[in-house]
Amino acid sequence: MDTLTLYMQYIVNGLTLGAIYSLIALGYTMVYGILKFINFAHGDILMVGAFVGLLVYTALTGEAADPGVWTIIAFFIAMLISMGFSALLGVLIERVAYKPLRNANRLAPLLSAIGVSFILSNGAAWIFGTQSRRFPYPFANDPIRIGAIAITPHQIVIIAVSVIMMILLTFFVNKTRMGKAMRAASLDQATSMLMGINVNRVISLTFAIGSALAAVGGILASFDFRVYPSMGTMTGLKAFVAAVIGGIGNIQGAMLGGVLLGILEAVGAPLLHIPNSMRDTVAFAVLIIVLLVKPDGILGKNEREKV
Amino acid sequence: MAQILNIDNISVSYGSIRALSDVSMNVNEGDIVSLIGANGAGKSTLLNAIVGLVPLKGGSITFAGEKICQAKHHMHSLSTDLIARRGIALVPEGRHVFADMTVEENLDMGAFTVRDQALIEKRKQEMYDFFPILGARRKQKTRSLSGGEQQMMAIARALMSAPRLLLLDEPGLGLAPLIVQDIFSKIKIINEENKVTVFLVEQNARLALKSSSYGYVLENGKIVLQDEGMALLDNDMVKKAYLGA
Repeated sequence: MDTLTLYMQYIVNGLTLGAIYSLIALGYTMVYGILKFINFAHGDILMVGAFVGLLVYTALTGEAADPGVWTIIAFFIAMLISMGFSALLGVLIERVAYKPLRNANRLAPLLSAIGVSFILSNGAAWIFGTQSRRFPYPFANDPIRIGAIAITPHQIVIIAVSVIMMILLTFFVNKTRMGKAMRAASLDQATSMLMGINVNRVISLTFAIGSALAAVGGILASFDFRVYPSMGTMTGLKAFVAAVIGGIGNIQGAMLGGVLLGILEAVGAPLLHIPNSMRDTVAFAVLIIVLLVKPDGILGKNEREKV
Repeated sequence: MAQILNIDNISVSYGSIRALSDVSMNVNEGDIVSLIGANGAGKSTLLNAIVGLVPLKGGSITFAGEKICQAKHHMHSLSTDLIARRGIALVPEGRHVFADMTVEENLDMGAFTVRDQALIEKRKQEMYDFFPILGARRKQKTRSLSGGEQQMMAIARALMSAPRLLLLDEPGLGLAPLIVQDIFSKIKIINEENKVTVFLVEQNARLALKSSSYGYVLENGKIVLQDEGMALLDNDMVKKAYLGA
């Protein structure tokens, strides 16, 4: 395999990884857009989403089902149920742990989020144990070869599902009444109330959508990373980095930042001969560079007072 | 004329600083009423209290026969979005357009409480006819508009909900005199032809009082004078303090 094809292969892998980062980054960025607050429990929502998806999937197909039409249907049913569950969980967390602190010191909701994060990951460890589980492939996973590049069906599913989710979100935010209200509330909360917009409802909706997307990201990520209680920590952190790279608060920025980070990670590690166990350094090195060169992110605006 | 807004003895404080003390006012349906006063007199605070953005320390506010804001009984005070739904639209000081949204999207937000899409389209068209510059710029991001255009945009956005009471906070602020004249003539038309009651706060006392049937003067959070608009224009104290004569 020559170097060019090798790097083409890395880019395909990076795109897959990046699509997952994007889905998760959207939740961080949307919440930040409205509340100017980083929801550090967001990574654990993706873990809960993955567990719920796995439980529903195995309940529907049995322990070791052979891939077929039914496993594919079951997979998407499991994804939808997991999205619904995570959306409700996200809304509940906001109501209980963040809303009462909305007028408190800015540090308070942040600490509350870290607390929620621990409760979720420890709760999952308590219920499910700490061993990691494999998410069985619902599809036959023989790689498809395009020239010398191999792409697996689950990589195609990851990219396709992510693209569909992002198109739906873009449509929602730009074309629907509640989507526009969400943008208005993130631009100017008091004025959006003057328009008759119930900002509490918009905030709940934001958490619901962000958490549902995180659940999708969690399920897709579990193809590669398995399912375990602390799976959300590093993936969530990297998705947060992706949101910052793209410009936190900016929806297109989160999509772009995720894909960019995925590719940089997949290409950068072999390019710089970084051993696999240390490839996480790439993401954080990129973060530091972005913060130094363009602190507002690629698509971010100059709004210093909000940092 | 029926009373549409009744402000009964309200007080507002920010921490230990008292912004409004025992302010009472009436606005009759169909009128233009103005409130004049210097910077920091509490004019914006009063408007923000009416729409529920700042809580009352004392007194109550009644709109169209319903108590919308009440001191101490905050559970009985309506939230800002519900007050908007009752038919009060505020054009805030500094316009507060949604800068990253287009003119059309801003108008859509103004019509957030309207569920009839055909009615929204009809009203948007009316706004484009009334403010032709907005029609020409409907697909443009609002941040690219000039100050005067943004002010018109903010007024049009407020009118999209077909409010019964339009509150205007310094509609002339920072604008060239000719544009201010234009905006005030539009306000007159809105009042006369659309039958919208207008309550406006202005530093440009002459223009405000000339357009108003009734006026109030606010100083240090207290109403110090009230009379018909024309009478206030002739008042010696008003002349000295606000008309520079």
